[in-house]
Amino acid sequence: MTVWSVIGAGVAGLAVATELVARGARVQVFDPGGPPGPHGCSWWAGGMLAPWCEYENAEEPVLSLGQDAIDWWAERTEIHRRGTLVLANSRDLPDLRRFGRRTEGFSDIQQGEIHDLEPDLSAFRSGLFFTAEAHLDPRRALQDLYRHLQAKGVTFHRKLAPARLDNAIDCRGLHARDVLHDLRGVKGEMLVIRCKDVTLTRPVRLLHPRMPLYIVPRGDGVYMLGATMIETEDSNRITARSMLELLSAAYALNPAFGEAEVLEIGVDLRPAFPDNLPRIRQLGGTIYANGLYRHGYLLAPALARSVADLALENKRSELVDEDRS
Amino acid sequence: MKTFYGTALSNPLMLGTAQYPSPAILERAFRESGAAVATVSLRREAGGGQTFWQMIRDLGVRILPNTAGCHNVKEAVTTAHMAREVFDTPWIKLELIGHTDSLQPDVFQLVEAARILSEDGFQVFPYTTDDLIVGERLLAAGCKVLMPWGAPIGSGRGLNNAYALRAMRAEFPDVPLVIDAGIGLPSHAAHAMELGYDAVLLNTAVARAGDPVQMARAMALAIEAGQLAYQADPIEARDMAEPSTPVIGKAFLS
Repeated sequence: MTVWSVIGAGVAGLAVATELVARGARVQVFDPGGPPGPHGCSWWAGGMLAPWCEYENAEEPVLSLGQDAIDWWAERTEIHRRGTLVLANSRDLPDLRRFGRRTEGFSDIQQGEIHDLEPDLSAFRSGLFFTAEAHLDPRRALQDLYRHLQAKGVTFHRKLAPARLDNAIDCRGLHARDVLHDLRGVKGEMLVIRCKDVTLTRPVRLLHPRMPLYIVPRGDGVYMLGATMIETEDSNRITARSMLELLSAAYALNPAFGEAEVLEIGVDLRPAFPDNLPRIRQLGGTIYANGLYRHGYLLAPALARSVADLALENKRSELVDEDRS
Repeated sequence: MKTFYGTALSNPLMLGTAQYPSPAILERAFRESGAAVATVSLRREAGGGQTFWQMIRDLGVRILPNTAGCHNVKEAVTTAHMAREVFDTPWIKLELIGHTDSLQPDVFQLVEAARILSEDGFQVFPYTTDDLIVGERLLAAGCKVLMPWGAPIGSGRGLNNAYALRAMRAEFPDVPLVIDAGIGLPSHAAHAMELGYDAVLLNTAVARAGDPVQMARAMALAIEAGQLAYQADPIEARDMAEPSTPVIGKAFLS
């Protein structure tokens, strides 16, 4: 029986391995970083399953491919189906209207309804509520996939994959630039804060002229605050400006965030192709699955299904890059 | 035809490169519009925007790096030097922000930075207001192009003060003038060209449109229309109707 070798144990690699195993394939995984951890950029993600919100500034496949993600993850980890709340400061209301025009799947809500959903945000007068969206804790999701795969007998090799490997599926993210030359890194910066004084139960996006700032509750007063998008490949540190902008967004949502403790600062590079959409390529006998950009958890299930379709059934989905195979 | 430091542009549209949904869409916006100049910011991307910067170089248009995000002379001068190294061009769009909410230029520091950079061999494109005296000072500092705002950056309000912009055109008939900032609609861009401006620089209006590629083309068409109209010497507006057919035989109203 064929053994498939998945290279890379980030969200892409683990989702691909999970999908292959679910279809009865034998799988081994290589990652020199070991189990899921801060060495992979999916560790630093927001974990929003928000295809309708993301569609505001992305091409159509993000919406069509992202919608099944919620159910895929619900079978494998804990998810919270509480929707997404999109808000704007009163001076940025034109941005809220524009956001609504560019997407679908929401209802316009006013102050009273905002208060009913999130009492700690009742200072906002109008917003958009994306009812069907969900969120998860990305670290827990990675660990759940990892444990599930181990329980299914998948071997994890804590080392680089051998150079010549049959039936390899390369999910190394930005490390695959040695082969995928049109892959670039887009810097993202995030904070994890703890603030017992504010209770939010769903992801909240605060519209901002330059970036989508969001806060995702992780439970127990812990929040993930993200995320910048900067066209640079220097991933060493967060800048003061980014930190100011992220914290200002939290402060604007509720000034009580001013007393939050900063628990973590995360900086990493998202792997992206020029159109910011994921791709599957077959090169020299290896399948490359990459380019999840800011949609790791949203699009990994669709990417994984497409990889499994290609690997096991030789079916080519729209994610398979025809030109290069 | 006026040139920009000796360079004649094939198309009077200068297009920014920030905020597009993806680099692929950015590239198509340039191709569809025929924009001849790409502005690119260095401040935030400092240290490692190599792949993105290479994509900008690959557009095959003139690159106009900018000092967006700089608030004082020292920052702006340092950023300009970095831009010259990264993009191998003496062109620099000098932007010195004086006010956080309106992003209004600090014209005093602007003149100072323009002098320093011009003496150092830079070809400076200063982002300024529509103030004539500031314009004069910038020219005296060595600038050979002026870029007055139409309205605050990203506001999409069009030409807030057409009177002042017309006065600027009249005051500096031989200086290449570019409307920089505030354009939201193609009609705004056409308006700028109808006033006799030599180029229009815009970014948000295209990048944040629902269909950036189509909006880029709409802007290019409007700019061409406005330029043709200006060159065709439009009629003057009048208070009363001017009949285009003879009135002989009709009752004369006293």
